[in-house]
Amino acid sequence: MTPEDSRYSKSHEYIHMEGGVGTVGITDYAQKELGDVVFVELPQPGTVLDAGDELGSIESVKAVSELFSPVGGEVVEINERLTEKPELVNTDPYGDGWLIKLRVADPTEIDELLMTAEEYDEYVETESH
Amino acid sequence: MADQPLKQTPLNQLEKALGGKMVDFGGWELPVQYSGILEEHEAVRTSAGVFDVSHMGELLVRGPQALELLQRNTCNDVSKLEDGRIHYNGLLYPTAGFVDDILIYRTAVDDYCVVVNASNTDKDFEWLLDNAKGLDVKVENVSADVAQLALQGPRSEAILQPMTDVPLAPMKYYRFAKGNVDGVPAHVSRTGYTGEDGFEVYVDPEHAPRIMQKMIDAGAKPCGLGARDTLRLEAKMALYGNDIDHTTTPIEADLSWIVKSDKGDYNGRDVIEREKKEGPRRKLAGFEMIDRGIARHGYPIVDGKEEIGVVTSGTMSPSLKKMIGLAYLPLDKTALGTEFLVLIRGKETRARVVQTPFYKRAK
Repeated sequence: MTPEDSRYSKSHEYIHMEGGVGTVGITDYAQKELGDVVFVELPQPGTVLDAGDELGSIESVKAVSELFSPVGGEVVEINERLTEKPELVNTDPYGDGWLIKLRVADPTEIDELLMTAEEYDEYVETESH
Repeated sequence: MADQPLKQTPLNQLEKALGGKMVDFGGWELPVQYSGILEEHEAVRTSAGVFDVSHMGELLVRGPQALELLQRNTCNDVSKLEDGRIHYNGLLYPTAGFVDDILIYRTAVDDYCVVVNASNTDKDFEWLLDNAKGLDVKVENVSADVAQLALQGPRSEAILQPMTDVPLAPMKYYRFAKGNVDGVPAHVSRTGYTGEDGFEVYVDPEHAPRIMQKMIDAGAKPCGLGARDTLRLEAKMALYGNDIDHTTTPIEADLSWIVKSDKGDYNGRDVIEREKKEGPRRKLAGFEMIDRGIARHGYPIVDGKEEIGVVTSGTMSPSLKKMIGLAYLPLDKTALGTEFLVLIRGKETRARVVQTPFYKRAK
């Protein structure tokens, strides 16, 4: 189930807002497509990103994928646990497998740029066929 | 090319039914994974896994001058093979570059089966046909009539023995025998591409799905191309198109053990002998990462602004939990412990030359 309390990008990141800070990760669909995640590279806290900027990379055994920031903002925290346990991205993408926390610069971007859970599910449906 | 339908092996339907995640592998539709690469890799190291390798090519070389044809075109000594034995060999151009890396099965002194990489099958067949002109030898491509299953891992013998009349316990590594598997004629060899004990079964395509299913029912995990790649890389087995190709020689590829200088003349001999004497200008070496990151195929190795080498294979090693790989390096950088820099998406990342194979099974 795609959580309804988050918003989604076409590059398969989610953002879950609490106050002005959003938790960013990759979706369940994305982690399944990638396969076993073995390495995650994340930006330094303090990094300022625009919507669509590369925020790091995620590597499975087979391939590397770039990660993109769903909206603009400043990185306030990164998930340090992924250094030792990158597989959390597979086992709990919406929970312990989060990537970064982002202080969102312009909250209107969330409605403008991102999809709801329902829209994202439809998008994945069309993309995978 | 993109418009051509993908070729399917006789196991295609079974693979899809088993939940295989199908990909385009050099024009073949094959599973990259079923349950997950790490799980499948682990199964082969600790228990058993079964791979569909029916896409591999089989070329029969038969006739009074079969040995001569093979000797002229390869660097290993085919005359040293005995009936029922197999060896690894390089099919070479006169430049000493690889047409392909192959296994040669000897049935009799005038009867050989050459097992080749799927994507090279047509090229190898043409090459042997061209070189067979004027010789009393027949070269036949029987790839479409043969399905191939690789059963790999320490439990392979226990799984396969109840299905076959071929006595497996006395069969040594790189030997083969003719017999029945699940009641139908087959060739069984103690070979593989994983660094683990195991067997390869060559059988009529019609019977392959039933045999694969029986292996799975007996405890073998279905495995895909992803695990095949991590397993072979840990065992430092070369992958044509990645680690070796028409531009690399056996000496450069650190395969001097398949070069036999006392066998007489063959394609590439003068180049190889010169490289043996003077040293090749570059050599394939195993490395592990010092800094975090995975150095993948094609990533450049740099010294200042200069590109001095290239990564040919790289992965996270599931058995060692390290980032490992193979790279062509200048000869003076290949000593164990030598550090060098790989450009990983523009970032200089440290790696060091290590002993290979990365993984060796306990005997």
